[in-house]
Amino acid sequence: MSEQQAVDPRQDPHAQGRHDPDTKGHFGPYGGRFMPEALIGALDELSAEYDKARLDPEFTAEFTRLLRDYAGRPSLLTEAPRFAEHAGGARVFLKREDLNHTGSHKINNVLGQALLTKRMGKKRVIAETGAGQHGVATATACALMGLECVVYMGEVDTQRQALNVARMKLLGAEVIPVKSGSRTLKDAINEALRDWVTNVDTTHYLLGTAAGGHPFPVMVRNFHKVIGFEARAQFLAQTGRLPDVVTACVGGGSNAIGIFHGFIDDADVRLVGIEPGGKGIDTGEHGATLSEGTPGMLHGARSYLLQDEDGQTIEAYSISAGLDYPGVGPEHAWLKDTARAEYRSATDDEAMAAFQLLSRTEGIIPAIESSHALAGAIKLGKELGPEGHILVNLSGRGDKDMDTAAKYFGFYEES
Amino acid sequence: MGRLDPLFERTRGEGRGALIGYLPAGFPTVDGSVDLLKGMVDAGCDLVEVGVPYSDPVMDGPVIQAAAETALKNGFRLRDLFTVVEAVSAAGGQAVVMTYWNPVHRYGVDAFSRDLAAAGGLGLITPDLIPDEGADWIAASRAHDLDRIFLVAPSSSEERIALTTAASSGFVYATAVMGVTGARDAVGGAAAGLVERTRAHTSLPIGVGLGVRSGAQAAEVASFADAVIVGSAFVTRGTDAGVAGVRALAGELAEGVRSTPAPIG
Ligand SMILES: Cc1ncc(COP(=O)(O)O)c(C=O)c1O
Repeated sequence: MSEQQAVDPRQDPHAQGRHDPDTKGHFGPYGGRFMPEALIGALDELSAEYDKARLDPEFTAEFTRLLRDYAGRPSLLTEAPRFAEHAGGARVFLKREDLNHTGSHKINNVLGQALLTKRMGKKRVIAETGAGQHGVATATACALMGLECVVYMGEVDTQRQALNVARMKLLGAEVIPVKSGSRTLKDAINEALRDWVTNVDTTHYLLGTAAGGHPFPVMVRNFHKVIGFEARAQFLAQTGRLPDVVTACVGGGSNAIGIFHGFIDDADVRLVGIEPGGKGIDTGEHGATLSEGTPGMLHGARSYLLQDEDGQTIEAYSISAGLDYPGVGPEHAWLKDTARAEYRSATDDEAMAAFQLLSRTEGIIPAIESSHALAGAIKLGKELGPEGHILVNLSGRGDKDMDTAAKYFGFYEES
Repeated sequence: MGRLDPLFERTRGEGRGALIGYLPAGFPTVDGSVDLLKGMVDAGCDLVEVGVPYSDPVMDGPVIQAAAETALKNGFRLRDLFTVVEAVSAAGGQAVVMTYWNPVHRYGVDAFSRDLAAAGGLGLITPDLIPDEGADWIAASRAHDLDRIFLVAPSSSEERIALTTAASSGFVYATAVMGVTGARDAVGGAAAGLVERTRAHTSLPIGVGLGVRSGAQAAEVASFADAVIVGSAFVTRGTDAGVAGVRALAGELAEGVRSTPAPIG
């Protein structure tokens, strides 16, 4: 093990370290594998392949090359001074994951898992998607690497993210609208799991967030750590100091865990996740899993969950398809319980106000998901005042959200 | 001693496979499910699996998904499960419960085990709980004298079959095909191979489920397994033809499991 400890984890996102789960994937009491036996073999195979790959310099080199030459990394760190005037005058910096190829952070994880798919000799990839960003990223990587791609998407989401459905089809993926349950992200995952258990010999399930059975939470996190590592170095270079607060939106938790891990050992840097408050926490129509949920199992791991007294999942709600999920990745549950991270929520209205504000003050149209983090930053800035330094993970761009925004702001009625 | 040992001693003594029928509690209503389950017992099911309707049944195909949805829409609450199990037991049936893990976790593993045992239930089948994560269930099942029926699959390694069978009691559930629940025309060649691999690790009875819907298939499965497990086909018959429908199916399947001698386990 001394060989592995010699690797500086700041340089190498795949180095094993003290923030890794135990060998069975537990972060404290969370994580693990609450999965059918039929899938355990595939999870074992994936764990073994990832454990080999994470220590293989060739894999790391290929992944790094793709991130640079294909995804366009490093992504920029942009200060947002005109936006910051509305955030208590604190300095606000945006980590520009919206500028990545395909328009969000999702591409980081997808390129990593697509490379693993090839290493495992599998030819077919399935994925779930909510906002469509993960589906588009997966379809993109499959086109690049010559893999067959099937994307499950809740029927409600195929309607609110029609543009991304078209993008996936153009990229050669088959998009299957899911009509069961709430017809959103949760049900798309259910359907993808049903496909996986049927076709597991030939198929990799390319899960799009830091949730699910082990090894997905740790693996997806590690593929996204590049966000935090870059941001830390860029922040230091631009300001000569670290931020007071790092904030990110939390759906399943992948963009947040990626940026948080750049700062996890910097005890003075607060990590604040922003969950979807929907129509307001008291209305019950929200997706604030960590703020309002209780521990339980969904989709393969123990974590926080929106559930009723009987352990039935409560359907989440958010204006943003990518955050409309009643579960959350297990490491966030652990960061919450250990108080290393804090979790708050922003409502639809707060997120849409931030969406419009960033567009009008900085000329950057954010994803509605990321707008939740911006809404969080506005409040944090007011709390911190002009001395405050805030880093926001701008996890994606808002092109896909134009229809939702036009309806919300009444643009269609005006024209 | 497993709670189900006498049942399998009897069916083995009769030189036949046991017939196990599945139906979700609360489908279509709580009372309706009691009537259907009693009919299944009366017409030849040696054991019934009472399912817990769950919002996210990832191992189930469309038929059982729809049944769970119906039960939940009609107001099924977890406490109703114990009412159903109690009614089946009172009518002379034997029942185990099949459930996704989160409802049990939420209720409290020990409290759930206690209440199930009090209702006359004999054990739990846990499709998304592997023994590796099951320490609290293993403890509770011992405390309340319930059988632990874990699953093996065609994709299970020898090592996992060994671990899973060692943690099981009553019987071992072998999923015949890689896939979700639902009636199939052919039960699949993987089933016999899986049963054989599993026997190398345990003398527990082995039940085969996923896909069986006819007497002929039941006979085929009973030729290599100790129990034939039928789910979706009962739900479909119950939906289409109520108690008469499930009785007719149970009768046909009961004949099936008797028409071929079961192997000596
Ligand atoms: C732009 C963007 N941000 C955030 C998310 C939420 O996912 P996660 O919490 O895994 O980052 C999504 C999901 O679709 C997304 O598209």
